[in-house]
Amino acid sequence: MSEYIYKRLDHDDIDALRQLIGDDSRLLYGESLPEDYSHDELGGVASYPDVVIRAASAREVSDVMKYAWEHSIPVTPRGAGTGLVGSSVAMEHGIMLDTTLMNQILELDEENLTLTVEPGVLLMDLAAFVEERGFFYPPDPGEKSATIGGNISTNAGGMRAVKYGVTRDFVRGLEVVLPDGRILEFGGKVVKNSSGYDLKDLIIGSEGTLGIITKAVLKLLPKPACTISLLVPFPSLQQAIDTVPVIVKSRYIPTAIEFMQRQVIQDAEEYLGKPFPDSSADAYLLLKFDGSSRQEVDAAYAAVADLCLEQGALDVLISDTDEREESIWKARGAFLEAIKGSTTLMDEVDMVVPRSCVNDMVAYLDEVQRLAGLRIKSFGHAGDGNLHAYLLKDELSDEEWEARLKQAMELVYKKARELEGQVSGEHGIGYAKKPYLRQALPEADFELMNGIKAVFDPKNLLNPHKIAQA
Amino acid sequence: MNILVCIKQVPASSKVEVDPVTGVIKRDGASCKMNPYDLYALETAFRIREAAGGTIHVISMGPGQAADVIREAFAMGADGGTLVSDRRFGGADVLATSYTLAQGIRAAGDFDLILCGKQTTDGDTAQVGSEIAEWLGIPSVANVREIREVTDEDLTIAMDLPEEIEIARVQMPCLLAVDKDIFMPRLPSYVRKKAAAGRKIQVLSLDDMEDKDPSHYGLNGSPTQVVRIFPPDVNDEKETWTEPGDIMAAHLTEKLAELKFI
Repeated sequence: MSEYIYKRLDHDDIDALRQLIGDDSRLLYGESLPEDYSHDELGGVASYPDVVIRAASAREVSDVMKYAWEHSIPVTPRGAGTGLVGSSVAMEHGIMLDTTLMNQILELDEENLTLTVEPGVLLMDLAAFVEERGFFYPPDPGEKSATIGGNISTNAGGMRAVKYGVTRDFVRGLEVVLPDGRILEFGGKVVKNSSGYDLKDLIIGSEGTLGIITKAVLKLLPKPACTISLLVPFPSLQQAIDTVPVIVKSRYIPTAIEFMQRQVIQDAEEYLGKPFPDSSADAYLLLKFDGSSRQEVDAAYAAVADLCLEQGALDVLISDTDEREESIWKARGAFLEAIKGSTTLMDEVDMVVPRSCVNDMVAYLDEVQRLAGLRIKSFGHAGDGNLHAYLLKDELSDEEWEARLKQAMELVYKKARELEGQVSGEHGIGYAKKPYLRQALPEADFELMNGIKAVFDPKNLLNPHKIAQA
Repeated sequence: MNILVCIKQVPASSKVEVDPVTGVIKRDGASCKMNPYDLYALETAFRIREAAGGTIHVISMGPGQAADVIREAFAMGADGGTLVSDRRFGGADVLATSYTLAQGIRAAGDFDLILCGKQTTDGDTAQVGSEIAEWLGIPSVANVREIREVTDEDLTIAMDLPEEIEIARVQMPCLLAVDKDIFMPRLPSYVRKKAAAGRKIQVLSLDDMEDKDPSHYGLNGSPTQVVRIFPPDVNDEKETWTEPGDIMAAHLTEKLAELKFI
C-alpha cells in the first residue's frame, strides 16, 4: 500500500475545496495555517497538512472525502489535537479534516438512556451536559478538552475504567464517512446487537484510519447520587502499589484506583499555584467510590479503608465535598501538563499490564530510570493496569536524549510483553508507537489489520502510515 | 493555648436554590456539609497548634444533626466540641445568633483565641464573628489573610483591606475571622474519625446559659425582619481590552496590583 502515489495538493484543489465549503474562514492554508496543526499534544511527530478544513457537517466531510477519493489526496481527521502518539498528524500532508466545529449535542434520549452527539463535542462539555440532567457518562480520561470523536478513535479509558469500563463500552452507534465519501451508520440505539460483524467496534480505536466519525450515539447511566474519594498516604510507592491487587480482590470495587508520587504532586502544585491538601507521604493511592446513597458508599469505603490500613497505609483521608474533590482531582487532572512544564521535552509510554502485575511494572520503571539514565515520572490507573510513564529530556543533548529514550522505551515495552501486557492502554499507537506494536504482535495480526484497512480504504487515503502500516 | 473554632453546618450544594414562589431556601435535609469557609479557620487553628501547642475546641449552633460537623472537625484533628442546640434558639438572625454563640462560648470554657471563617455559604453576612467578639468584649480582626507570628500574649496578622494590606498585632484573648485560602484545609482522617467515634460532644441548651431570658434568643431575640429572600445575581462580569501591547501591559500591571495579585 505504501507505494501508492498521492497527488500533491495544488491551487486548483484549493479552489475546488473552497467551492465545496463556501466559507473561507473554515479553510486554512499557507500563511493562515496555524503551527498547531502540524503536531499533537506531545509534538514528537511533526508534519504539516497542505490545507485544514474545519468541517461543519457530515455532508461536508463526505463531499471533501469524495473529492479526495477522486483525486487521490490523503486525508487526516483531527479533533482537538490532544493525542500523544501522532495519530492526528498528516504524515503525507494533503487535507486535514478538523471536526471541532461539529460540536453540537443533538439529542438526549431519556427513554433509551442515550446521548447523540457530533464528534467535536468536548469531553468536559459532554460531562457537564449530562450531569446537569441527572445522567452520567462514565469514561473519564484525564484530558477533558479532548473531543468525543478523538476519545472514540483511541478507545480512551480514563480513571473510572476500574468499575465501568472504557469508551468502547459506552458507544452504541456511529455515523461514519468512509474514504470514498459514503455516509454509513453502524449500530444504533439498541442495547443488544448480534447482526453480523460489529463494524462500529472496528471503527472504535481505529485512530481515523478506517472512516471519519461524524456522529455518535453514547450510552448513559443514571448519575450516582453520592461519590466520595479516599486519598491514602503510604510510606513507600511499593506499599501503595502492592495494596492495589488486595483492593481489586475485595468485593468493594472503587470506580477509580490511581497512584501518585510526591514529586508529581509537587509539580502539579507549582503548575496550578495551589497546594495539595496533604504532604505527609511519598506515595498515595487515590480511590473513588460511588453509589446510590451515602450509607452504601460509606460501607464500601470503610471496608477498603481498613484494608489499606492493614497494608501499611499511614492514614486514609476522606474527600466528601465539592471543594475537597476539586482540591484533589484538579491536581490529578493537571499531572500531565505539570510534568510537561517541569522539563524541556518529553515522551510517554502508556502500556497496560494485567492488574496483578502493576506493582512489577512500577518497580521496573524505577530500574529503567537508572539503566537508561533518564528521568521518568509515572502516575496512573493502578486499578486497571494502565500506567502512564513520562520520559523527560531535561538538559540532555539531542543525541543523548534520542539514544536514552530509545533504550528506555525498548526496556519498558519488553517488560510489558514479559508481563503479558499491551503497548497501549488508551493513547493508541498512531505513528510514534508503531515499532513497539510491531515487536508486540505476531505477523498474522498485522496481516488482518492491514487487510481490514484495505477493505475500508483500498486507496489508502485515510490517515496513512498509522498503527499497523509501515 | 486554648483555641476555639466556630463552625456551621450548611447545605452541601454550592448552588443555593430559592423557591421562587415562597422565597424560602430549599434545603435538602439529607445533604449537608461544614461551611467551606470554616475549614480555613480550622486549618489555621491546626497550624497555630502545631507551632505553639495547645488544644482546639469547636463550637456549632444548630439542630441535633449539626453534631455531624463537630465529628468531622474531630476527624480533622479537633480535640473537643460543643453543640449549642435548643428549639428556643430557632429562627435567630445575626444578632441573636452571635449572642447565643457568645453565651455558649462563655459556658464552654476559657479561650485565648477564637477563630471564625470569613462568612457562611448559606447566610453570607460575614458579621457573626465580629459580633461574637463584641458580646465577649474582646478585640476582633476580620479578613485575616496571614498569621505572621504567634507569642504567648499576642498574634501578628495581616488583614486584607480594600486598598491595602494592614499588619497588626492583636492581644489575646481575641477573635480572628480568616480569609479563604489562608491555608489549604486538610482532609478528614478515617483513622482519627474512628478514634473519636466515642468522644462525647457537649450539648448546651438555654438552661445552660448565663442569660436564661428566652426573649434574647431565637426569633424573639431577632430584630431583623426578612422581607424577601432571592438568589443573588451571578457575577459573570468580563473586561475586554483592545489596545497596543505596551499600554495593555501597564494596564494589566495596574489591574493585578488592584486585585492584590502583585
